[in-house]
Amino acid sequence: MSGACERCLRRARLIAQLAPRITGMLARGRRVPGLLALSEQDLIAAAGGRHKDLVRERLASFDPDAERRDLEAAGVWAVCRHGPAYPAQLLDLPDPPAALFGIGAPELLELVADGPAVAVVGTRRPSPYGTEVAYALGRGLGAAGVPVVSGLALGIDATAHRGCLDGHGAPLAVLARGPEYAYPRRHRKLHEQVSQQGAVVSELPPGTAAERWSFPARNRIMAGLARLTLVVEAADPSGSLITAEFARDLGRGVAAVPGRVTARMAEGTNGLLRDGAVPVTSTEDVLDELYGVGMRPPPPGGTRPAPPAEAGMRLVLDAVEAGSSVDEIVARTRASASEVRVALARLEADGHVVRGALGGWERAAM
Amino acid sequence: MLASISTFALEGVRSHPVTVEVDVRRGLPAFTLVGLPDRAVRESRERVRAAVQNSGLEFPLMRITVNLAPAHVRKAGPGFDLAIAVGVLVASRQVRPESLDSTALCGELSLSGELRSVRGALAAALGARDLALGRLIVPPGNGGEAALVAGVEVIGARSLGEIAGVLRGEQMPVPATPETGDPDPRGGPDLLDVRGQEDAKRALEIAAAGGHNLLMVGPPGVGKTMLARRLPGLLPPPDLEEALEITQMHSAAGLAAGRLIRDRPFRAPHHTISAQGLVGGGAVPRPGEITLAHRGVLFLDELPEFGRSALDALRQPLEEGRVEIMRGQRTLEFPANAILVAACNRCPCGRPADSCRCGANERDRYLRRLSGPLLDRLDLVCDVRPVPPVQLVDEEPSGPPSAIVRERVAAARERQRARLAGTPARCNGDMDGRLTRLTVSLRPEVATGLTRGRESGALSGRGHDRVLRVARTIADLAARGDVASEDVDEALSYRFDGWERMAA
Repeated sequence: MSGACERCLRRARLIAQLAPRITGMLARGRRVPGLLALSEQDLIAAAGGRHKDLVRERLASFDPDAERRDLEAAGVWAVCRHGPAYPAQLLDLPDPPAALFGIGAPELLELVADGPAVAVVGTRRPSPYGTEVAYALGRGLGAAGVPVVSGLALGIDATAHRGCLDGHGAPLAVLARGPEYAYPRRHRKLHEQVSQQGAVVSELPPGTAAERWSFPARNRIMAGLARLTLVVEAADPSGSLITAEFARDLGRGVAAVPGRVTARMAEGTNGLLRDGAVPVTSTEDVLDELYGVGMRPPPPGGTRPAPPAEAGMRLVLDAVEAGSSVDEIVARTRASASEVRVALARLEADGHVVRGALGGWERAAM
Repeated sequence: MLASISTFALEGVRSHPVTVEVDVRRGLPAFTLVGLPDRAVRESRERVRAAVQNSGLEFPLMRITVNLAPAHVRKAGPGFDLAIAVGVLVASRQVRPESLDSTALCGELSLSGELRSVRGALAAALGARDLALGRLIVPPGNGGEAALVAGVEVIGARSLGEIAGVLRGEQMPVPATPETGDPDPRGGPDLLDVRGQEDAKRALEIAAAGGHNLLMVGPPGVGKTMLARRLPGLLPPPDLEEALEITQMHSAAGLAAGRLIRDRPFRAPHHTISAQGLVGGGAVPRPGEITLAHRGVLFLDELPEFGRSALDALRQPLEEGRVEIMRGQRTLEFPANAILVAACNRCPCGRPADSCRCGANERDRYLRRLSGPLLDRLDLVCDVRPVPPVQLVDEEPSGPPSAIVRERVAAARERQRARLAGTPARCNGDMDGRLTRLTVSLRPEVATGLTRGRESGALSGRGHDRVLRVARTIADLAARGDVASEDVDEALSYRFDGWERMAA
């Protein structure tokens, strides 16, 4: 499926061609406001440098059919702003991407266009606290059927998507380079999983490498796609705050997870909260913000398993919810360690609790 | 005249028979030693000469040639002194050769002619028994240990002069008495001393019952080491055969106190140990920590801090219960059947989650240092958390004392021994994947728990076998003939999922 028109494909190809030059231009301190909103000729004039003519020549000889064939060969689909599949909320951006290239399920874009999506972003070096929260929120949102938009970067981005995958949700990754290639490389597997269960998109056609400027440019797309941008942990300044700023400029919601006031990784998020961002402590807070307090969309297919019938099991489940260790549950229920472990394994099998790889249980988010 | 004396060379933890041939003939006085002696053996010429003279015996002023046969085996250490000295006495007709019929000698000489203890006397006695040699003469400090071997008359002699007297029939030999030793009267550290930690105690009991390797995860100071130290006390005391094995390993390393070791060893090497120190080796191969922990417990605290090569070297002993070391054309084998208890933190700094500042990459690297093959042998993973201070101070001791647990463990092990008779495994933890599936069959309704685990992706193929092994042990502890579904459920709760899910 290549639902993009010739003009938009041509424009995307032009930006891909100019991408390294834009980097060089920015490095020399030449900033052009709204660069990505310029017309083709203005763009060439601004970023073409000494090779303007060459670029014009290439642009003139652009062959849309060859481009579509290449896309098909790479297994990449495309949608453009003139097509029906393009998420309309992106048009709120002053410089909406001409086309989105993607792999995975193109239907996900419709889901993002119809219902609210949440962008979960944050630092590449999260604390264990940040990791835990990002995972739980990703999982909770995934299970609630809210698409999770993120950048597949190290740290919070990837963790939120892992949570979303585990919650059987719909992850949407926006890359700062062509969508077909996992970036960073260590997320190859995650990239594959996201493209299988959700989708990976980019405004840059396949084969385009990431440039410094394409990360903030990617952030504007994340902010544009989501109704709410949620920052889990971020230093100040940071890329995550840029995303939050885009969201605020678009009039979209900005939410942040409170952190320790002494932690550097909480400076950004606590600063957002001071400036009026919505404080988020759980998936419920996010859903309240999206749908209104206490209001929920109809459950997407899967429902939370019915609470266990046995009173003893309910006691163990309550204890896990309160964050108790096996020993604490033993002390509370007066059962033996062995009985508690049997109960936990059964609760896990029934989907009530999840177990960490190194032991320890928590209430399954849903 | 030519004399030929039996003695033993220590090779790893076993002895190898060596014949000392001494030829004394007229010629320019000289003392030559051949047969691949190392430096310590070559120096024995000086000790032997002085010892013979200082014992009131005559050192012949003739041409003396000593050969240590077989000539291709490397001889190390001072343990040949005694055999060489007695060989010189026989060859110079000061002692009659018949007096040495079916007698072997081992020992180091001091210049005064007194005997000093050597490494591996127990192995020498075992060698003498296998060669049907009736008598073994050793230094007094080794007598108690060598006499443990039945069928060999062991004489602990104090000096060369005394031995010469015995061999000439002028003195009565004093047979050494076996030092069977006693188990530690204090019984080692007891589980009663550990407050709380019911969960970890249960994991220890299962590890002891099935010989399963255990990984404890938790911040520093929660008592991981304290718990691990109590594992040897949960195992049934070693039977005579096992005690002899334990003593033999320690004797070969020069750590035996000259008596039978009746307690299960507990070895806790520091994480800076080399691969050689851990599994054994060296130019003259000596047993490593895992061999010293044979039939006992090897505790590796801060597991990810151990060197990569050291952890990789653990692969073979954990798989096969023995270490093989190649030296020249020969392969030495060290028994190494120990329960591995490992401990680690959740991240390099080890602080609790809310004050940890480790980045995702650092945490990742820390945990990934534990290589796959090693983790495949860890059957149980247990999360250890701090005990609330209230419980530490005023609560009564909780849980059963070690003695009670030991009885349950012994009963469970007895069941395993009966079931596994005729297989190489002694307990459930020794079973490989094939044997596990052969021995542990689940009734269909019990198998569903496991099937659910596999479908949800929580359990891999190898993980499946580990859960089966542990479930079998839990059933043995409960004296159940068939594995019940609660056994499988409990076993599932100890499983190890691999690091992929940790990586973030």
